[in-house]
Amino acid sequence: MQLYLPIAEVSVNAFLILGLGGIVGFLSGMFGVGGGFLITPLLFFIGVPPAVAVATGANQVVASSISGVLAQLRRKGVDFHMGFVLLAGGVVGSAIGVWVFDLMTRLGQIDLFVQLSYVIFLGLIGAMMFQESVRSLLRSRKANAPIRRAHVHSWVHGLPFKMKFRASGLYISVIPPVLIGAAVGFLSAIMGVGGGFILVPAMIYLLGMPTKVVIGTSLFQIIFVTGFTTVMHAVNSQTVDMMLALLLILGGVIGAQIGTRVGVRLKAEQLRILLSLLVLTVSIRIAVDLLVKPSELYSVAPLVLP
Amino acid sequence: MIRALAFLLTLSLPAAAQEVIVSGLSQSRVSITADFDGSEILIYGAVKRDAPVPDGGPLEVIVTVEGPSAPVAVRRKGRVAGIWVNNASVTIDSAPSFYAVATTGPLTHILSDIDNLRYGITIERVIRAIGIASEADRAGEFILALLRVRTDEGRYRVLEGKVDLTEDTLFRTDIVLPANLTEGEYKVRLFLLRDKRVVANQERVIGVRKEGLERFIFNLAKDQPLIYGLVSLVLAALAGWGASAAFRLIRV
Repeated sequence: MQLYLPIAEVSVNAFLILGLGGIVGFLSGMFGVGGGFLITPLLFFIGVPPAVAVATGANQVVASSISGVLAQLRRKGVDFHMGFVLLAGGVVGSAIGVWVFDLMTRLGQIDLFVQLSYVIFLGLIGAMMFQESVRSLLRSRKANAPIRRAHVHSWVHGLPFKMKFRASGLYISVIPPVLIGAAVGFLSAIMGVGGGFILVPAMIYLLGMPTKVVIGTSLFQIIFVTGFTTVMHAVNSQTVDMMLALLLILGGVIGAQIGTRVGVRLKAEQLRILLSLLVLTVSIRIAVDLLVKPSELYSVAPLVLP
Repeated sequence: MIRALAFLLTLSLPAAAQEVIVSGLSQSRVSITADFDGSEILIYGAVKRDAPVPDGGPLEVIVTVEGPSAPVAVRRKGRVAGIWVNNASVTIDSAPSFYAVATTGPLTHILSDIDNLRYGITIERVIRAIGIASEADRAGEFILALLRVRTDEGRYRVLEGKVDLTEDTLFRTDIVLPANLTEGEYKVRLFLLRDKRVVANQERVIGVRKEGLERFIFNLAKDQPLIYGLVSLVLAALAGWGASAAFRLIRV
């Protein structure tokens, strides 16, 4: 069934979009990530204009994050204090990101900018996650391995403006969370992703937050940052396609239910290795596009009038 | 006397209008609805004559369909520091979003360069690109690239020999409008030619508009972007909450 998307102005197969949403939903349910980093490049591949893909991807992440955070709330897995501090930074970062996105679109370098962001961030995070999970998998095989301390004091704890985060059991400066929030907000606007794949390791390794509140808090902050990003894109560049978003969400919801059920059967380390491989694959796929000579050197884009 | 002379002059200007086009379109408007998957338009007509068929070469017909024009940027990728990036760009002042030329025969055989220039019939004559030579080296290649890219996308079409002409009087052609259509006024032009010269022409318009839900969403996004953004959010929130609720229901 063909469906004409009113904002993207392309006709797509509705079942293809539902399927895409479903596959990404499956993976996001299995790994506990928003799936924005998969949705956006996949939309590029099927011919949705990059600007529409990024803005609509953000809208889709809102839905999957809300679905996830409600589940985490019941497990008391959300640190609202930390969430709001991250959010303060996130809103600023997102506003800057939308501004940069607009600027790059006008300069004609938005595709390159988005692609480079994907290659660099997905590549780095994927490689780090892969290395870490392989190591912990090997460690769990060896019984006499030294136990790692969950919480190490570092320079982060010497900064001013300290605040108590009860749910996380932390007493740290608000500067690192605000900066992390801003970085994630920026990336969310540029890449159309929630930023969970950056936020989760940052909260564990940089802030030393306990794992049980990390996913919930990350999802909580992502809802607002991607929500803000969606509205900013809608206002600034009118690139949110409601019909595309609804199809993706519908597919994603169904996929996520199946994904979660498969996910609970796998070990945490195995899941992380699989997720890191997935992240690396996406990164390499986009890198190849940048490195191999394209078959068509020219591209045509409607001119954005300033 | 002078008036009569002026009258005669105007008559004789388009090569003495002995032949006049009478035309019809299968539809004068195209609605882009949610299930829009391209559309086919039948353009047909007849040649009306007050006098016997004039001497000269055989009658030829050209039909063009032109979508709304807009300025476009054509960019060329080059290798910079090992990766392929856009490093040259040219602004085309005006290029139609869709252009189809259907003819009764090969364009070079039935149309003279002069009349092509005067009436702007082939796509090269419709694209306006002034002063691009200063924007990039080998600027002409950008125009060729624009034609190539848009032809690959099915936006620009040359349909030589796709106009059926019967007994030098009746003609018809089908033009397929692609699924990735831009809305606006589509200009249909019909030309009658003899000896490579245009002897009669006519212009008609097809209105292409988004309708129904498509119209509503598009208007909301353009006119009330803030409300549109918020509605998108609320829909996403409802879907997320609904998923969570349904999930719990299934599990329990």
